[in-house]
Amino acid sequence: MKGYVSSIQSMGTLDGPGVRFVTFLQGCNLNCGCCHNPETKATSGGTEYSAAEIAEKCEKYKAYFGQKGGITLSGGEPLMQSKFASEIFKECKNRGINTCLDTSGSILSADVLSLLDLTDCVLLDIKYNTDELYKKYVGCSIEKPLEFLKVLNQKGIPTVIRQVIIPTLNDNSESMAFLKSLKEEYPCVYKIELLPFKKICKTKYDNLGLVFPFDCYETPSAELIKQLEAKL
Amino acid sequence: MEHINWNGFNKGVWQDEINVRNFIQTNYTEYTGDESFLKGATDRTKELMKKLEALFALERQFGGVLDIDTETVSSLKSYAPGYLDKEKEIIVGLQTNRPLKRGVNPFGGIRMARNACEAYGYKLSNKVEEEFRFRTTHNDGVFRAYTDEMRAARKSHIITGLPDAYGRGRIIGDYRRVALYGVDRLIAEKKADKAKIGMGNMNLEETKLSEEIFQQISFLGYLKDMAEMYGFDISGPAKNAKEAIQWTYFAYLASIKEQNGAANSLGRVSTFFDIYIERDIKAGILTEEGAQELLDDFVMKLRMARHLRTPEYNELFGGDPMWITEALGGVGQDGRTLVTKTTFRMLNTLYTLGSSPEPNLTVLWSKDLPEGFKKYCAKVSIDTDSIQYENDDLMREIYGDDYAIACCVSAMTIGKQMQFFGARCNLAKLLLLALNGGYDAQSGIKIGPQTKVIGNAPLNYEEVIARFDEYLAWLSNLYVNTMNVIHYMHDKYAYEKTQMALHDTDVHRFMAFGIAGLSVVADSLSAIKYAKVTPIFNQDGYVVDFNTEGEFPKYGNDDDRVDLIAKDLAHKVITELRKTPTYRNAEHTLSVLTITSNVSYGKHTGATPDGRPEGAAFAPGANPMHNREENGALASLNSVAKISYDDCRDGISNTFSVTPEALGRTYSERIDNLATILDGYFGKKAHHINVNVMNRETLLKAYENPEAYPNLTIRVSGYAVNFNKLSREQQKEVISRTFHEVM
Repeated sequence: MKGYVSSIQSMGTLDGPGVRFVTFLQGCNLNCGCCHNPETKATSGGTEYSAAEIAEKCEKYKAYFGQKGGITLSGGEPLMQSKFASEIFKECKNRGINTCLDTSGSILSADVLSLLDLTDCVLLDIKYNTDELYKKYVGCSIEKPLEFLKVLNQKGIPTVIRQVIIPTLNDNSESMAFLKSLKEEYPCVYKIELLPFKKICKTKYDNLGLVFPFDCYETPSAELIKQLEAKL
Repeated sequence: MEHINWNGFNKGVWQDEINVRNFIQTNYTEYTGDESFLKGATDRTKELMKKLEALFALERQFGGVLDIDTETVSSLKSYAPGYLDKEKEIIVGLQTNRPLKRGVNPFGGIRMARNACEAYGYKLSNKVEEEFRFRTTHNDGVFRAYTDEMRAARKSHIITGLPDAYGRGRIIGDYRRVALYGVDRLIAEKKADKAKIGMGNMNLEETKLSEEIFQQISFLGYLKDMAEMYGFDISGPAKNAKEAIQWTYFAYLASIKEQNGAANSLGRVSTFFDIYIERDIKAGILTEEGAQELLDDFVMKLRMARHLRTPEYNELFGGDPMWITEALGGVGQDGRTLVTKTTFRMLNTLYTLGSSPEPNLTVLWSKDLPEGFKKYCAKVSIDTDSIQYENDDLMREIYGDDYAIACCVSAMTIGKQMQFFGARCNLAKLLLLALNGGYDAQSGIKIGPQTKVIGNAPLNYEEVIARFDEYLAWLSNLYVNTMNVIHYMHDKYAYEKTQMALHDTDVHRFMAFGIAGLSVVADSLSAIKYAKVTPIFNQDGYVVDFNTEGEFPKYGNDDDRVDLIAKDLAHKVITELRKTPTYRNAEHTLSVLTITSNVSYGKHTGATPDGRPEGAAFAPGANPMHNREENGALASLNSVAKISYDDCRDGISNTFSVTPEALGRTYSERIDNLATILDGYFGKKAHHINVNVMNRETLLKAYENPEAYPNLTIRVSGYAVNFNKLSREQQKEVISRTFHEVM
């Protein structure tokens, strides 16, 4: 089975537990204003790989993974190529490699459900706390990721909820309270990570001739992140 | 044999023969815990360190050299005792009579000593000039014997940095022997060795050895006298931890008073010291604070060690290094790790005294090291950028479990093996020389086989390889022969009497060759093979540039198409070198290491087919070329790990810079991840890695505003430097290196 890959990072330490081989799949179904990988959005393009090729490449780094690390499929939205993702995870599992999915949780299908059966850990983006913000800045209903989270909980897949903190949009107590309530409601959530919104991706937009929709927002201070974390 | 100062030690063959390893193995206490037992600096240490920091600041203000004694030739007994603070110091002894004052050592070459003095506004005294007027130095001897071709090779920079005008260094005396046995016992053993010599044939080799042992014995005597000047009788074994450290330090101090070799490494003393410290703590005569103080004081002395160098020397070996390399950790042949509490205490000096390039703390990494120690090392790297790592699982197989590292990456069994240091040859220049049929377009010198310049069609890979091989065979032979001349003369005129006295008489010798420009040549050959490279000629018909069209795989991306070119190159070089016999039947070894000479080598090398412009710096050591890695840090590490240690037994240096953010989100995640990455890298049979965890911005700020960063330490190529002590050119190159960061 072949699929399309935007890029590969041999040393990922920010997307999932431990040291990870991060594969960014091509294509996304959403339209997030804060997106820092605009090059992965288009559903065409990317480099063609077979699932076995990705797993073989990943295996060359197995020695670095230690107890916790492994492969992370990110994007784009990896659920857009859920059959390909399943194949990759199957190949990785055969090689004794831990699997992690970095997703917006906005697609739920039979293929996605079988992918989850091969997934050791999920990084789930909860971008905002209201349906209004979701519709305005993401392009889907908030019900999608919440439904996805419910499934993760049913399947008992260890999950990290992640939120990119964008000052004035979600750097508030309500948003933190919402995240906290999710963690309390769903025991599969073992951690909440707040990621500071960054603008280094601006050059990527410029190079692609695109407008960075969130250029107008500020980067949060480390201090602010700390304050918000205290509310979780 | 028994001695009262050995009471409480377990018995072993070490009592009846000189065998420090056996003493360690029968007596040390492995420590498998974490760093929580460590103590901080005492008030005494802080005061002393403050004083030392002030002297370092003054030295910086004075342009890097605080003072020079131009009247005295450096040796064991030529200076009155010197102190930093006689009342407060626990471990004593300075190279000259005052802290940071440098002595002159003209045995390598009088011109070098003269020029070094003048570079800092001093004049070598008439007294010293007179003394050396009728004396042959090592440098005199070498140039008497050099052939015209050897001179041309030197002048064209195809081989450079050769130790023909300065001490060769890279010899590690087993300084611990002085503490364990006392000097008298060592003299007695050497006398017994000397007595055996007359029994066989008195040939050239035996006569030479006999004279050498004579010199060793007299310098052991001087060592005792030197200690006596400081009020210590070191004729017998040390009786406690303080004495063990002091005796060991005296032996090291004597060797750096006698020699100004490029690298003067310490060996592997921490676990040895631990045995004495444990005995004292058990006996109730030493506390944890006291133990740390001993280490702190010892390390302060090491940080004060200095040699006088010329500006030309600093171009190759930037940052005023001494390579006081101390090997830490590792695993013993019985499976117990050699990590002790004092291994931790030694690393802790980077906190009690602040980060520092010296001593060159080198962790011998094994998958079997205790987790607590692995994590502590990772933490120290993240906090201080001051330590390096080498693969114990790889080296232990070859050198046993009592080896140490000379300089950056040169392993040798302590007291049993030594090496003849040989700097390096420039492979990228050799490639250009081969294309130009034996003409060096940079220097205008004709050297090597004189053949036709390559044609003007796009370069053909097989044809280029055939040419390169022909020139490599020529250079390898010349290189070995040049080294033979140098080391014959070094033994004759600047023999390391103190250091060799602290070796077994029957010593194994390595002859250590080196290559620079490995990644440049690998990428160039890859370009010729996979892209289209057309040479560009000057008006005289020589190749001076290339037009490279199309994509080609680049070393550093875990791509076998080019990585194996690099691996094969190293194999080819050592295979060629082995064809020419060496002086004293030394074993040929090879390193991929550049110190800071990658800048200078690049400066003397024309444009290369990989797209590197004329004069641009090479990557350091075995590193991929700057910013050519496109698949992240681990891909880069995997590429370097493919170079075989069997081909490069003198070490494969990799310098790795990563931003803190790229190692993980939290401090503890960064520690865990770095430790895991080191396990992975060494699991791939890689040999060495320098780890810097920092942002490029920090270096840029320090470049603009040095005063604000007086202690900024960075690992460069097998050693660490104080960033401010590098030349502007070297600083720029360090800044331009790949920093693995969050994309």
